[in-house]
Amino acid sequence: MDYEVVIGLEVHAQLSTHSKIFCGCSTTFGAPPNTQTCPVCLGMPGVLPVLNRRVVECAIKTALACHGEVAPRCRFARKNYFYPDMPKNYQISQYDEPLVVGGHIEIPTPEGMKRIRLVRIHLEEDVGKSIHGENLDDPRASYVDFNRSGVPLMEIVSQPDLSSPDEAKLYLQRLRTIVQYLEVCDGNMEEGSFRCDANVSLRPRGAREYGTKVEIKNLNSFRNVQHALEYEVIRQTKALDAGEKLLQETRLWDTTRSVTRSMRSKEFAHDYRYFPEPDLVPLATTREWVEAIRRTLPELPDTRMQRLVAEYSIPAYDAGVLTSSKALADYYEACIKRYPKPKVVSNWMMVELLRALNRDGIEVEQSRIAPENLAELLELVDDGTISSTMAKTVFDAMYETGKAAAEIVQEKELRQISDENALVTAIEQVLANNPKEVSEFRAGREKLLSFFMGQVMKATQGKANPQAVNKLLRQKLAEKET
Amino acid sequence: MALHALTIHELQDLLGTREVSARDLTEAFYRRIAALDDRVHAYVTLTPEQAFEQADRADHRRQMGGSSPLLGIPLAIKDVICTEGIRTTCGSKILHNFVPPYDATVIEHLTAAGVIVLGKTNMDEFAMGSSTEHSASGITHNPWDLSAIPGGSSGGSAAAVAADECAAALGSDTGGSVRQPAACCGIVGLKPTYGRVSRYGLVAFASSLDQIGPMTKDVRDAALIMNVIGGNDPRDSTSAAMPMPDFTRALTGSAKGLRLGIPREYFVGGIDSEVERAVRTAVQVLEGVGATTTEVTLPHSKYGVAAYYILAPSEASSNLARYDGVKYGYRTPQWSNLRDMYMHTRDEGFGAEVKRRIMLGTYALSAGYYEAYYQKAQQVRTLILRDFEEAFRHVDVIVAPTAPTPAFKIGEKTDDPLQMYLSDVFTVPVNLAGLPGISVPCGFNSAGLPIGLQIIGKPFDEETILRVAHAFEQHTDYHRRKPPL
Amino acid sequence: MITREDVEHVAELARLELTAAEKEQFIAQLNDILTYFEKLNELDTSDVEPTSQVIPMSNVFRDDAVQPSLDRTKVLQNAPEESHFFFKVPRIIEE
Repeated sequence: MDYEVVIGLEVHAQLSTHSKIFCGCSTTFGAPPNTQTCPVCLGMPGVLPVLNRRVVECAIKTALACHGEVAPRCRFARKNYFYPDMPKNYQISQYDEPLVVGGHIEIPTPEGMKRIRLVRIHLEEDVGKSIHGENLDDPRASYVDFNRSGVPLMEIVSQPDLSSPDEAKLYLQRLRTIVQYLEVCDGNMEEGSFRCDANVSLRPRGAREYGTKVEIKNLNSFRNVQHALEYEVIRQTKALDAGEKLLQETRLWDTTRSVTRSMRSKEFAHDYRYFPEPDLVPLATTREWVEAIRRTLPELPDTRMQRLVAEYSIPAYDAGVLTSSKALADYYEACIKRYPKPKVVSNWMMVELLRALNRDGIEVEQSRIAPENLAELLELVDDGTISSTMAKTVFDAMYETGKAAAEIVQEKELRQISDENALVTAIEQVLANNPKEVSEFRAGREKLLSFFMGQVMKATQGKANPQAVNKLLRQKLAEKET
Repeated sequence: MALHALTIHELQDLLGTREVSARDLTEAFYRRIAALDDRVHAYVTLTPEQAFEQADRADHRRQMGGSSPLLGIPLAIKDVICTEGIRTTCGSKILHNFVPPYDATVIEHLTAAGVIVLGKTNMDEFAMGSSTEHSASGITHNPWDLSAIPGGSSGGSAAAVAADECAAALGSDTGGSVRQPAACCGIVGLKPTYGRVSRYGLVAFASSLDQIGPMTKDVRDAALIMNVIGGNDPRDSTSAAMPMPDFTRALTGSAKGLRLGIPREYFVGGIDSEVERAVRTAVQVLEGVGATTTEVTLPHSKYGVAAYYILAPSEASSNLARYDGVKYGYRTPQWSNLRDMYMHTRDEGFGAEVKRRIMLGTYALSAGYYEAYYQKAQQVRTLILRDFEEAFRHVDVIVAPTAPTPAFKIGEKTDDPLQMYLSDVFTVPVNLAGLPGISVPCGFNSAGLPIGLQIIGKPFDEETILRVAHAFEQHTDYHRRKPPL
Repeated sequence: MITREDVEHVAELARLELTAAEKEQFIAQLNDILTYFEKLNELDTSDVEPTSQVIPMSNVFRDDAVQPSLDRTKVLQNAPEESHFFFKVPRIIEE
């Protein structure tokens, strides 16, 4: 049976404010246990929350970047349940009056831009962290650290508009790009500042009703998200094909065994008994405030991505990669300004530059090749100064040393040899050294041409102009034996 | 008169002329406590070491030329208010050993004003109760009749003030817990407007209803304490941004021209005839000094108790979820897993009344019942609020009994929770509407038990209720009577 | 009205391990109280806004400034069980 995959994602993004959402404790990651806590985030008797204004601003920025509607008035609510990492045994969150409703994110699929709609964005406080006993000391215990309790979270819920694990990964990457662009979240999945839960169901293609929804948790990297979803799609397909009924449940992605497994059946019923948080007053967002924040926003990543496609006619996918950081997008446009061949530049950046940056784990701002330098390199190829194959060598040298292309070509004497006399000499030398291959070629083994090419390139330290060599080789080989 | 029997302002006069020192006062109160408290049981914790340090500091400050209305005055603090370094139990086993690492905002204000904390007073567990019979630390007795309740939940503070075991005390009021014990014990008890006094450091019972208030021997003392404890607090988001007047300037002694509203619904059925007589007589006294009276109607009064007993337990069920044996307080010695640990800790740590209210509140918020109970109660709250708004268009204050009966006997209502709840009928609407209310003694019944007169004001108009209360006090001497201890 | 199952369910939600005697008592008392609450149904509140807050305030904020945290000794000083600077609890079973 042909099934349609339906995926919705819930992302919890930790906001990168200096202090927590309801108290002044620091939010820095990695501090020793229970050193960034106070009576408020510990839920001691008698304490009260006070809302960090910057947290609201971060959420408003995100709403604007995702074209969501900022509610003129919203409230916080208590979500009541018991868990050791929840100091108050309720989480201050938002329920029926969230800060943001609706919105959408464009994702650059191979088929073009696809719009993924959002349900809502709301604010809440993070909970503490627990370590299982066996990882620390007593295996019959757990150990709780409240440093993370009270760190501000933004929960972003998508509609089930994602149709494949690949799209899910693209969505996450795009969302992460947006929050990083806005500097509201550092998007670090491994450190837990960007977390994802997925809801996935299948339905027969063309059906209108949704299938049984399964929630997947513990997805702590992009790769895991993709693998977990791929696994789950297969699992659900098999089950449905076999006529089994799927359980609406929560499953965990097991990274060691690469499977999703059912969470132990819930011992505790989850009735969250939401009610408006009486210790906080309502949040009113005026148009003036929202507009003032809008004015501080840079060109949004989505807008820039679409503009690159429109202005430069590059594929959506390329535009997506090039706008994955503001610095990278700036680099691209600076380069094109001097060397206006968008697709060529985009190829070089995506293949050579990003490869080197990723290998070294650095950002484009830290690279030694300035956009103008890349432009110059490409000009040298265009005007025949160096061959396109030599360009890669020059590029690597530029990356290592920071020197300009022309300087490197000069220093290392990498100028392309296009002079026919010089080339003919080299060619004749090669043919003379390989009589057997020459006979075979003349006898019909055309493929040996690349062998001769290689030899000529070797003899000229790669500097021979490949097109010219090709032409002259053929000529020489066609000449009758003298 | 003995030092311990004087009001704050009378003591301040003596301190000012150096006739007595703060240390003298502290000694006097501890002697009084030693003489009486095994019978009254107002206190759960005494803090003599710290108190004498505070006294010496106050004396030193005075020597250096410092002066302030509360400098060197010994107070008692209800054990629901966090005091740094001093055990704060909220009358509960589940916090039997909890020592807060921070002071409530009101305590910071009082300490800065040079006050001496004698100790922490007994209360109904987590402020849930009207009799101070529901404490893990035992029962407090009414100084006027040791077989009677002192009222609740601030019964310990009320008894301490009435028995002269302190110069004054702080209590907390969610549904009447300052006013009703004040009435039972023949003292003054003021519940400020919601948001007037910071709740930071007040262990929460019902967040949208709780307020800290002074319990004192006379109205002037209440105004003096209000001047220190009130005001906006950035640590409490529900703390109002209203300016703080000097409340003592309201104590003109005159009620001339003030319009008193008498709610018709408050005087029908269920009210003790001696209480009614005392209150009506009090109204006449006020008329005699220039106030006018009008009948007002608060048509939704009879729904107040029901609305309150849905809302308060609902908020409480959430506020008390944090008591789970993880971070502080009692942990059960019997557990084999986490679930057990929670269940046994809370079952062993909480008393019956608290458990009952947690159950009620959890039920009212639970899936399927939220609209029928919690939301409904919030809507009724709106109606009650509107009743008062309408009434206040015609009058300046509303006058009523504080409680339908004087203090009942210990054990009389403990078997019937609903009966106990119904005795809050005159006080809970004031919390639901967030209004200020004060109780002043206005008489005694034939058994010698005090009766309280309640004066209710407009939002943030503590000044007018203080003015009326003070005028009444100037023309009566109930506040000067002392229990036969 | 409120049944034994209701009481058990609510006690579970509230993490209260009630004894059999407590359950019996609560069933009776809660029923009394809930019956009393039915009074509120006499009122037509269909057009009435619920009041969650008596004072009309909004937008109370603090600045995003780091304040010193509580000294760790004080954080842990009331802990029923503490180990390696963590709060120690019985092993959490669920992920």
